[in-house]
Amino acid sequence: MAIQADGKTIDTDEEGYLTDLSSWTEGAAKVLAAQDEIELTDSHWEVINFLRDYYNEYQIAPAVRVLTKAIGKKLGKEKGNSKYLYELFPYGPAKQACRFAGLPKPTGCV
Amino acid sequence: MAKANFETPAFRPYPVIPIIKKDVMRGPGPYLAKPDMQRDLGFPEELVDDWHDKAIAKMGDLLGKYRSLRVYLDSCVKCGACTDKCHYMIGTNDPKNMPVARQDLLRNVYRRYFTWPGKLFPKLVGAQDLTKDVLDDWYNYYHQCSQCRRCSVFCPYGIDTADISMAAREILDVVGKGQKYCNEIIAKVYKIGNNLGLPDKALRNTVEGLEEDIKDETGVDVRLPVDVEGADVLLVTPSADFFAEPHIDGLIGYAKVFHQAGISWTLSSHASEAANFGMFIGSYENMQRVSLRVQKAARDLKVKRLVFGECGHAWRVAYSFLNTLVGPFDFLDQRYPIPQHICEFTYDLIQKGALTLDKSRNDHRRLTFHDSCNVARGSSMGGVPGGQFTIPRELIKASCNYFYDMPSDTICDQTYCCGGGGGLLTDDLMELRVKGALPRMEALKSVVDNHGVTHMASICAICKTQFSKVMPYYGFEMDQIISVHQLIGDAIVLSPE
Repeated sequence: MAIQADGKTIDTDEEGYLTDLSSWTEGAAKVLAAQDEIELTDSHWEVINFLRDYYNEYQIAPAVRVLTKAIGKKLGKEKGNSKYLYELFPYGPAKQACRFAGLPKPTGCV
Repeated sequence: MAKANFETPAFRPYPVIPIIKKDVMRGPGPYLAKPDMQRDLGFPEELVDDWHDKAIAKMGDLLGKYRSLRVYLDSCVKCGACTDKCHYMIGTNDPKNMPVARQDLLRNVYRRYFTWPGKLFPKLVGAQDLTKDVLDDWYNYYHQCSQCRRCSVFCPYGIDTADISMAAREILDVVGKGQKYCNEIIAKVYKIGNNLGLPDKALRNTVEGLEEDIKDETGVDVRLPVDVEGADVLLVTPSADFFAEPHIDGLIGYAKVFHQAGISWTLSSHASEAANFGMFIGSYENMQRVSLRVQKAARDLKVKRLVFGECGHAWRVAYSFLNTLVGPFDFLDQRYPIPQHICEFTYDLIQKGALTLDKSRNDHRRLTFHDSCNVARGSSMGGVPGGQFTIPRELIKASCNYFYDMPSDTICDQTYCCGGGGGLLTDDLMELRVKGALPRMEALKSVVDNHGVTHMASICAICKTQFSKVMPYYGFEMDQIISVHQLIGDAIVLSPE
């Protein structure tokens, strides 16, 4: 499977995650979000950018707790909770947001 | 990720035997493992050309190794006691999800190749050639069994149906038709050390963040040590405890218990996973290879005791198989259970009066307890019969004022699977997971309606993730599932040193 974004063909696996993390572009994130009927707002981008930065440093997506804390610090306490993140990413901040951010799917009992 | 298109089953006014719907769950099954995942586990990269002969040879090999498998395949008398005992049968109504029918997919082939009547008069005894359709049916329907063994409780012959599912999955792996979810995860354990793929640096960053959180909440310095040589206890816990909600609050609970008891402990970056998916795929070799990591960590860190966190099948592997897989553990302190469950550990401390618990801190919650299948039917704890049922409940009662059990035919040894066990906790099986949760959701509904229960506690990472995902389909909130050790952690009264 593949998507078209920013004039490029970008390969995804059967679950819609990028097969090559370096092929990610902002346009790809928008296309992947559109597949789930989501239009990315600034709030989504805050999360996506944090995920990408964290991944670059730690080679894994952050724990949901780490993510909520970071978002809370940045955007205010009322937004530092899973409920807010689920409003942005209804399928779950861990999996859906990772997919838009071009990160691999978190595996295991999560 | 395409949205799954299916209807959530309605609660039944009376839980009667469902009307069957033939072939309703027929399909290709979950995603196949990629060639590299297969290779990492020592299996062929894709379906081999001589899959037929390989499959029959593997079946022969398993029959030779496990006398039990032959007994289970021979002894079914089709009494029907198991037919309506499976949560997937109840939720999907597909007759091949009757445990007897699902086992027969393998049993019929066994008869054809390994019994005289089946070799000579196949039609008379329901024997079946192994065709590609049969192989595909195996793949599909043996990934609709969570190996929970509820049906086995009702089988008058004591047939362990999970063993049959495990054998089928191993045959499938050996012919190159493995499941992506399980095999990708096992490969990650070998490469990185845990199911999640959480590297050492991220593990340390995560637990440091939790230490800060506990300090903010309680004002007390509670540590979550990693790789501390010479600690008394090595805690091995599912990596989901470092990552997911509500699991992580359970991890905080363990840390508070160790802190208040004053027992030195450590996590291990090498054995940063309690789960052992080698069991789900029926592979002794992989189960052993995963277990070796735990044994090595215990040796390297020179600990005296080995404690497992809240993980259902990890405890089955630990309790039932660890010693034969990677024992003997003669280097540990023999005065304590080897290994020990975190619930046993905490219960023991409560008995000794080593923990200060203020139950009223959980007064905003009314609890019930979901027995996880691999703990309920695959193990025990506390050295007393039924300890695996009483001890977790005693922990809840010691930390909460309000506890109510679900109906008796849905708990303890008759517990229903959460619907996501046995290597099925994957997004591509969401329909199965939602439908398979029906009986547990009905049982939960009854205590919600009758006793005002607000939360269900559990001691398994799979159960916690599964419920937080499927409960909203049934009108509950995702945060109504909670860790037993979160309740302990919330009730514990820590005082600044």
